[in-house]
Amino acid sequence: MNLPFQPVVLWTDGLLFLLVAVVLGFVRWSRHEEHLRAPWRKVARSRGGMIAVTVLVLYAGVALLDSLHYRRALPTDKPGAEVTYAPEVLSVLDTFARPLRDGSERTFSAPFAATAFVKETITRADGTQVRDFPRLRYGGRLLENPDVERVPDIARRALGGLAAGVLLWVTLAGLVTGYVAHRSGETFAEVSAAAWRGEHALPLRAILLTLGGACAVIVPLLVLSAHYHVLGTDKVGQDVFYLTLKSIRTGLVIGTITTLVMLPFALALGIMAGYFGGWVDDVIQYLYTTLSSIPGVLLIAASVLMMQVYMDTHADTFDSITRRADFRLMFLCVILGVTSWTGLCRLLRGETLKLRELDYVQAARAFGVSPWRIMLRHVLPNVLHLVIITTVLGFSALVLAEAVLSYVGVGVDPAMNSFGTMINAARLEMAREPIVWWSLFSAFVFMFVLVLCANLFADAVRDALDPRMREQVSPAAALRRARALAASTRSVA
Amino acid sequence: MSGEPLLSVDGLSTWIGAGDDVVRAVDQVSFEIRKGETFALVGESGCGKSMTALSIMRLLPDGAGIVGGGVHFGGRDLASLPEREMREVRGRRIAMIFQEPATSLNPVLPVGRQVEEVLVRHAGLRGGAARARVQELFESVGIPDAVRRLDEYPFQLSGGLRQRVMIAIALACEPDLLIADEPTTALDVTIQAQVLDLLAELQRRTGMAMLLITHDLAVVAQMSARVAVMYAGQIVESARTRRFLDKPGHPYARMLLRALPGTDARSGRLASIPGAIPDLRQTFAGCRFAPRCDRVVEACRQSTQTLGAVGDGWEVRCSRVEAATVGQGASPAMPAAPATSRSTGGRQSAAPLLDVQGLQVHFPVKRGLLRRTAAMVRAVDGVDLRLEAGTTVALVGESGCGKTTVGKSIVQLIRPTAGRVVFAGTDLCGLDEQRLARLRKGFQMVFQDPFSSLDPRMRVNEILEEGMVALCPEIGAIERSRRIDSLLERVGLGVAAKGRYPHEFSGGQRQRIAIARALAVEPKVLVCDEPTSALDVSVQAQILNLLKDIQEEMGLAYLFITHNLSVVEYLADEVAVMYLGRIVEQGTAREVLSSPVHPYTQALLAAVPRINSSASRQGRLAGDPPSPTAPPVGCHFQPRCPHATDTCRRDYPASRQVSSTHSVHCILDRPRSAG
Repeated sequence: MNLPFQPVVLWTDGLLFLLVAVVLGFVRWSRHEEHLRAPWRKVARSRGGMIAVTVLVLYAGVALLDSLHYRRALPTDKPGAEVTYAPEVLSVLDTFARPLRDGSERTFSAPFAATAFVKETITRADGTQVRDFPRLRYGGRLLENPDVERVPDIARRALGGLAAGVLLWVTLAGLVTGYVAHRSGETFAEVSAAAWRGEHALPLRAILLTLGGACAVIVPLLVLSAHYHVLGTDKVGQDVFYLTLKSIRTGLVIGTITTLVMLPFALALGIMAGYFGGWVDDVIQYLYTTLSSIPGVLLIAASVLMMQVYMDTHADTFDSITRRADFRLMFLCVILGVTSWTGLCRLLRGETLKLRELDYVQAARAFGVSPWRIMLRHVLPNVLHLVIITTVLGFSALVLAEAVLSYVGVGVDPAMNSFGTMINAARLEMAREPIVWWSLFSAFVFMFVLVLCANLFADAVRDALDPRMREQVSPAAALRRARALAASTRSVA
Repeated sequence: MSGEPLLSVDGLSTWIGAGDDVVRAVDQVSFEIRKGETFALVGESGCGKSMTALSIMRLLPDGAGIVGGGVHFGGRDLASLPEREMREVRGRRIAMIFQEPATSLNPVLPVGRQVEEVLVRHAGLRGGAARARVQELFESVGIPDAVRRLDEYPFQLSGGLRQRVMIAIALACEPDLLIADEPTTALDVTIQAQVLDLLAELQRRTGMAMLLITHDLAVVAQMSARVAVMYAGQIVESARTRRFLDKPGHPYARMLLRALPGTDARSGRLASIPGAIPDLRQTFAGCRFAPRCDRVVEACRQSTQTLGAVGDGWEVRCSRVEAATVGQGASPAMPAAPATSRSTGGRQSAAPLLDVQGLQVHFPVKRGLLRRTAAMVRAVDGVDLRLEAGTTVALVGESGCGKTTVGKSIVQLIRPTAGRVVFAGTDLCGLDEQRLARLRKGFQMVFQDPFSSLDPRMRVNEILEEGMVALCPEIGAIERSRRIDSLLERVGLGVAAKGRYPHEFSGGQRQRIAIARALAVEPKVLVCDEPTSALDVSVQAQILNLLKDIQEEMGLAYLFITHNLSVVEYLADEVAVMYLGRIVEQGTAREVLSSPVHPYTQALLAAVPRINSSASRQGRLAGDPPSPTAPPVGCHFQPRCPHATDTCRRDYPASRQVSSTHSVHCILDRPRSAG
């Protein structure tokens, strides 16, 4: 078969899509289980949680686009000949962002600049040489006279982008409202009116406003990025906006796949330690106490170095730089997972110790149900809320951990973009005069939004799932509402 | 006693939450308490009685608020008092004691300091003066060895002593009104009797008024002059206690009184109130009790009932009071099939269904770095029991005496340290799990707390199926489903319950599910571990009736573990009384309950508050049960026994036959005359 491209599935791609499938499957399954559906319905009704989900979906979209990898076919002259594919592995995101990828400069340039950041000696057409800021190859390339035309051009394009953004938002809002109306059996007008007044059961207004905000920022940025480096370029002239977009996948992969690695350890060992007690408990406790007494960074650094040696001696196993970087990323996830299961394990052990003494477990034992079956049917479902809360809370910590490790130099492969490598590179640029601030700034902003949203979402999940965290109504507000209601019922009677 | 009321609550309404989920916890409640009077607020759980107390104190949880009405105390409206002045009222003028003494005290402060805090805050006492006053208070609430106790921490005190400390804190500033919210519910009967006596005596001495909140009608009978019954957030009847107990006006009050188990109902069935208490989130159209009332007419469902005066100081929220009180003289217990003769039927058979001999369960107490065994808790220390098919043996004792451990070790959930548990000819102790599993369908257990005994993540169907899948693999899926249907019908839940989760059911319904689960494998012996102690009186009667019916139908043998002696009177054929891991007296129910020989049994019976007789103060026990780690030398009961001799302090008394069916571990021959 002669495809114009050859799909490439990297390790982390596979795992990421597996995870998406698992999450979707869990959602489908929990729809039929009332005790699971009720708390998630509560999450869906919390405003902060749904705003966070909206933003997280955008991030996840970027990451998934960046996880569809392929190799382009090289152009051939002879028809019918064997197609050869380029050695370079690209993602769908790369294809969309091709102008950004290809339109690199020689070195630093500020956001929205049309000229470079540092002066160079330029040879004019008449042979004279001057020291000036050279024009950029990509940024503002259509302008005749950047000094005069640049600002109006940016304003014009931004306005155009804003208009397109609003148009996109109206379409999206219509789709979302239509879907909600379809699901709840109300008319479109009813749902939109309720959403407008902020009275719908779902925080629709908040979701739509978040979408609106996102459209109003992202679409003009995209429009502008076709002609400018909206977030400037780095030392080797790469577009920072593109680098930041590529970093999102790294962060998400670290945050999610590490959890996938960590869960089996934490679940199996934690529940076993709590349920069996005795020597099983002793062994498992000894294991995780030892593991958590070793400084995590040192352990990770040692493992990464060992893996580096392995990769250098088995160079032929990895046919491309991308594969190499991907292997290192996955190994990092595994190592982070192996070192981070102790906290959850300890938590699950404690909870199981409590559940083991509960009467329903005793009743199951009185029926002679085997220990494994009791753990699977009685203990596991009853600690699942703890697992969900811990993993969602742990996600943001892992994204930050990646940044720290890459900064130290034991994180992802230098060829792979990540927030950590960006920050590490920006470290030296901070010392320049005038200061090069945009690399650090964009890495910081994108990571901040991701971590903030993950935390907001985790809060909403915990509020819904943790029985000890009951919805805290402000007493004064509750009292006011109750009094008003009492007054109205009295007047009716 | 007439004159200006000390506390007058007028149309108080307290709601919790907001929006559609608002719970009308207290709805237009009015009552008055005069100086020096005891007023009891009685009702089942969730009827709003604690919320009423918290509203008076303005200690409502977040989200709850007073939405109407007033609370006048000594001429001031507490509902509109600024918080700063309210703090002066709390503790100083109105004091409160709570249900759970274990959580009401700060565990990291010595108890003396905690009482001092109140004195420093409200009475301005400091240093030596405060300490002297605390000691005085401790002595007045009957804490022995008060000087030493001042510096002890809450964990060093027993439940009864902790409640005494709480009372000392409440009394520290000599309040005008004491609110006691279920002050004895968490305590054992003998301790309950001590605390109630203390409260009554303190009241006589200081002349304070008391608002007593309880679910126990017997406590009301013993303590209070006037009583108000709450149902679903409203007061449905308020009257003088004696009048109320003799001739209750409201159908709910009448049915509640009849639902109490006791000897008089022994031969028949308890009158139970069908259904469960309503959800307070709804708005009621008619009488709130109408769905459960036995004398309901159409008018009850349509118009709300108002609290109307029937006689002097007697108000009833029922328009059909006259109709309801007619025929009070009739026997409260409904006639049932004569089944009393069964208790003596199988006694002479050689091999009983279940024979427990010398059962011992010891738990090691491990201390130190190397987890060396420092001591043994002798939770069960040599128990003999025989259980015949179709009979009920009640195991009675206070908390911590090891009765639950006996139950669990018979079902082999806890492996006994020594002794034999012979079920149908096979000794269960020492069998490995596989061989035991084959026998497990013969004996099952019903647990105390219906909220923790059902897996919240499983549907009723799965819960009932579990035992059959594990123990009866020969039953196919269709047969299993058929059996589940018939079980659910049998316990009165209906087939529709199959697909639902436990949290959708009330406590009583959950206990029915738990019983159905145990019955699913068709056991011959059912160990019931306090199956009704977590339930309200009206629901308790339903469950006891159900257990009795099932026994008659299926010929089950029950080992009924309980601390509630009135349940024993209703249900048991034989009674075994346990004290500190050993059985001290054993015999038929009639023998043990009407002519007890062991001083402990006598004290236990004397401590139970009775509705129809003013409580006698005789035979009250002092002190607390000793620790099973270090049981007293000689007879375990001798430190608390009023008749102890030197022999008692030296040797544990051997078993002695009083009659062919009645044995006792006591050297004294002192059967108290019944009555």
